[in-house]
Amino acid sequence: MKLKNEWPKYYKKDVVTHYCPGCGHGIVHRIVAELLEEMDLGKRTIGVNPAGCAVLAYNYFDIDMIEAAHGRGTAIATGIKRARPDLFVLSYQGDGDLSAIGTAETIHSANRGEKFTVIFINNAVYGMTGGQMAPTSLIDQRTTTSPLGREPGVDGYPLHITDIVSEFKGVAYAERVSVSSPKNIRRTKKAIEIAFQTQVDDLGYSIIEVLSACPTNWKMDTIESCKWIDNVLSEEFPLGVLTDKRGQK
Amino acid sequence: MAKKKKKYQVIVNQEACKGCNLCVEFCKPEVLRTSENLNKMGYNYAEPVAGKDCNGCMICTLVCPDLVLEVYYE
Repeated sequence: MKLKNEWPKYYKKDVVTHYCPGCGHGIVHRIVAELLEEMDLGKRTIGVNPAGCAVLAYNYFDIDMIEAAHGRGTAIATGIKRARPDLFVLSYQGDGDLSAIGTAETIHSANRGEKFTVIFINNAVYGMTGGQMAPTSLIDQRTTTSPLGREPGVDGYPLHITDIVSEFKGVAYAERVSVSSPKNIRRTKKAIEIAFQTQVDDLGYSIIEVLSACPTNWKMDTIESCKWIDNVLSEEFPLGVLTDKRGQK
Repeated sequence: MAKKKKKYQVIVNQEACKGCNLCVEFCKPEVLRTSENLNKMGYNYAEPVAGKDCNGCMICTLVCPDLVLEVYYE
């Protein structure tokens, strides 16, 4: 008997993650660990952790990682990449971190065209603190701080931060993907691979937004939340490549 | 001469499984099911169904967020 799926080299073995059942973080963690191994980047990678559900990602990845203050992931990544341009820098952030408190850092690092990769997990709520409304929450979405549904007159409209930064000249690659089905997970792996290659080729800022399930805070079961991503969340945040400047240098 | 068909077997790490049911939902040959028993964490883990043939499509390992599935072949 031979094993068909080897454990990723840069993912710590026999660790049970603290994520809820059905959480998309586990899938994206595995994809990142697999790609670091396949592209032979693990030895020279520094990851930046966010504040949010992925705050303990350094317990799961077997690479060098640094913990950023809330929202300041891209600021720290800028410092690392400018001091050591030979390293591969990866900022892993959630939507409460990247698009709420870290909006300034995200927009300005993208505008400067800093040459690192951002993985942006969008689950439309603040996951770690108990499902409060995030800037990316949908209109009429019920959360603990919007029990009657998000009202545009009071709370504004969902923030499309990846669409905003994709307009900047410094952004080389931006794509929105999801982890709701095997097909979408395969596309996610391809998109993250392209983003990593963009950084390896030194082309500029690359950002991948991943629409990820949060069954606990959405108050749904895991299968239902995959369908909710496909039918509702993908309507507001359409999947696809937002900008691709590879080959234009 | 007919080509020898590979035999696949899926093994679940029951103590690490959180019972999210994604593998059970996406498994086309219905090799996996949710167990009626609980593991130490209190989740109904996934388990292989006896008598069903795994075809080695690897979709269960693709969707599993906790890397609890291992597919063996001979």
